[in-house]
Amino acid sequence: MITFDHVSKTYPNGVKGLIDVNLTINDGDFVSIIGLSGAGKSTLLRSINRLNDITQGDITIDGKSITKANKRELKRIRRTIGLISQQFNLVKRSTVQKNVLSGKLGYYSTLKSIFGIFSKEDYALCTQVLQKVELSDKLHERCDNLSGGQQQRVSIARTLFQEASIILADEPVASLDPATSQEILSELKNINTTMGKTVIVNIHSIGLAKQFSDRILALQDGRLVFDGTPGELTNDVLEMVYKGDSFLKESER
Amino acid sequence: MKIKDTVHFQWYKSLFVVVILALCLFGSIWYTNADFKQLAGNIGQVSVFLRKLANPDFNYLNRLVDPMVKTLKMSALGTVIGVLLAIPFAFLATTVVTDNPIVTHIFRFFLNIIRTIPNLLLAALLVAIIGIGEATGVVTIAIFTFGVTSQLIFEAIETIDLSPLEAAMAVGANKLKIAVWAVWPQVASSVASYTFYAFELNVRASTVLGYVGAGGIGVKLNEALGLFRYERVSIIILFIFAVVVVVDAISEAIRRRLK
Amino acid sequence: MKVSAKCKHWMTALIVLAVLVWCAADIDWSTFRYFSWGSFRGTMASLFQPDWSAFYTGSTEDIFSLMIMTIAIGFFGTSIGTVLAIPFTLLSARNLWKNPVVPRIGKFILDVLRAFPELVYAIIFIKVVGPGPFAGVLAIGIHQVGMMGKLFTEEMERMDETAVEACHAVGANGVQTMFFARIPQLMPIYASLALNHFEIAVRSASTLGLVGAGGIGATLIFAIQAARWSRVSIILLTVIMTVFLLDLLTGWIRKKLR
Repeated sequence: MITFDHVSKTYPNGVKGLIDVNLTINDGDFVSIIGLSGAGKSTLLRSINRLNDITQGDITIDGKSITKANKRELKRIRRTIGLISQQFNLVKRSTVQKNVLSGKLGYYSTLKSIFGIFSKEDYALCTQVLQKVELSDKLHERCDNLSGGQQQRVSIARTLFQEASIILADEPVASLDPATSQEILSELKNINTTMGKTVIVNIHSIGLAKQFSDRILALQDGRLVFDGTPGELTNDVLEMVYKGDSFLKESER
Repeated sequence: MKIKDTVHFQWYKSLFVVVILALCLFGSIWYTNADFKQLAGNIGQVSVFLRKLANPDFNYLNRLVDPMVKTLKMSALGTVIGVLLAIPFAFLATTVVTDNPIVTHIFRFFLNIIRTIPNLLLAALLVAIIGIGEATGVVTIAIFTFGVTSQLIFEAIETIDLSPLEAAMAVGANKLKIAVWAVWPQVASSVASYTFYAFELNVRASTVLGYVGAGGIGVKLNEALGLFRYERVSIIILFIFAVVVVVDAISEAIRRRLK
Repeated sequence: MKVSAKCKHWMTALIVLAVLVWCAADIDWSTFRYFSWGSFRGTMASLFQPDWSAFYTGSTEDIFSLMIMTIAIGFFGTSIGTVLAIPFTLLSARNLWKNPVVPRIGKFILDVLRAFPELVYAIIFIKVVGPGPFAGVLAIGIHQVGMMGKLFTEEMERMDETAVEACHAVGANGVQTMFFARIPQLMPIYASLALNHFEIAVRSASTLGLVGAGGIGATLIFAIQAARWSRVSIILLTVIMTVFLLDLLTGWIRKKLR
């Protein structure tokens, strides 16, 4: 369970990223966050694993505060949270296998990881998760030889390998074509329903958000302005969130 | 579990590279008679130098201004001569104008050879052939500039927009006319900016040229080194460094205006 | 408007010409007065007749051995430069430090190291380890720390940080991030830069002999001073061919690294 308690974030240049966000996300939910670019979607998502530090309030994960965690505790909490992002965040020159294995760096000692000594169980798990995302034939392929959709599946495999209970996806399909976007989100939904992992997605497409989510959050200028089921996300609400932006009209058509 | 299923599946490749590098390294250590004991024993010497170098003799500065001006003049003249020579050769080293791959290859090979000669060796050779003096310095700088800029210019010519060329050919212009009216306007500003770049390189290289007696501030450096006057070496190097920084800033400003 | 633009061009040309004349007026051209075409022609004729017999005589002082020595100096020097450049890179890369002062100090040290020409280092190291190839190795090594340290730092600062973020996100520590996200991305670029500098080092090593720091340069200078042009010719030919072949070889390896 993730809770936000009066969370605000002000950047050093005075820009407000988040303003007084209160929120509880239950285990096993598939949550989408929508809003205009710059509304604070990324800030919200990345404050969950503290890639962004918040300036006020508190965020707890399963009762433990990540805001107040020291370095060691922070690493321990981060091990349980996977991150998928728009740019795939892979080391392009390394193999698929090495990228996936890097998901458990938090569990290995520095020395062991430098020499690439991973346990037999982890190698088996790596093969298993690559099978799940249908990339088992690409084990030793370099990531820059893969298509965008395949690269995103590698980063999903990495979070599965990490055995994270929470998966954060920051615009996971923003640089992919519509068919591949469907595929990637189906994969995430599948992981959500069969493995019971919490999935939180930042997404631009309202269509995809409605199709896959149990719950949708909308941000506007750093404020949480909507929190409900896809059914409750009416056109009036969207009009308010997007202020009649042309983007909305396009996606509604 | 087999090793081919792990991240070390290409271990033999890494091993091969490591072995080759180690062999070359130990070979070169042995061949150059490296004596680290002597280095460690005499390391105190380095600190003596450093102390002297850290105390530049600023009084010597006023005697450096004239040679520095001379160096700048030599560099300017040599640079311009070198660039003027480089332009026709660069045109001949691309197929854009000549349309003849054989000519292009011959000229490129020639330019490559000129470039491989280290400029200190070039200076030494010219001093021997022409004689010692400032004129030799100018010639050396010109040849060095020629080597550096000819390559840059022909690379610039190769990346130009070809449509004005087709237009010129369509109206029946000959090759020289194409070069002057269709190609030159496109590369002129690059040539100007390469000229400044070469000028910078030449001011830097002036330290070296003086060593073989080819005039300028380098002669002073050579003198100071020969007399073990490290407080002078230090001020000379500082001065050259400052001039290079200023030249750098000026040429940067001019280059930006040329764009 | 067109006329004034043209006018401006002519003005610029005129100013440039005037500056050049002013420069030329101050230079001592007397060298050319003693220049005789006859002896020049003789010199050129001998230069085109390289003394092939001097290339390999079986002694350790023949041109072949000296060229190998020059390559060895370049290789060892570049190795020292590359290895020492890495700690300086770690010190001077802005993206590795929260504190902006440390990288500034690192960059300053690299600037100072680069400011001194190799020739000066060579002269200093001759005092430390005596004349010979090792002085050349140290001179090239120290100079290249400055050169490569700067280039390595630029690459480190320019690198794609998304993979670094991914490592932080799974709870990896700094060293692990270095080995899993940074090194795999930078290794090929650094290797390629090092190879490039190996070629540059061989070129420098062939000149450092002028001050007694080993390699082929001393022999060349003696041959020039003695006006043994056929010998000068074979030495220059060897240097040029070696650099040319190294250029091909390193170019081929660099293509493979991509």
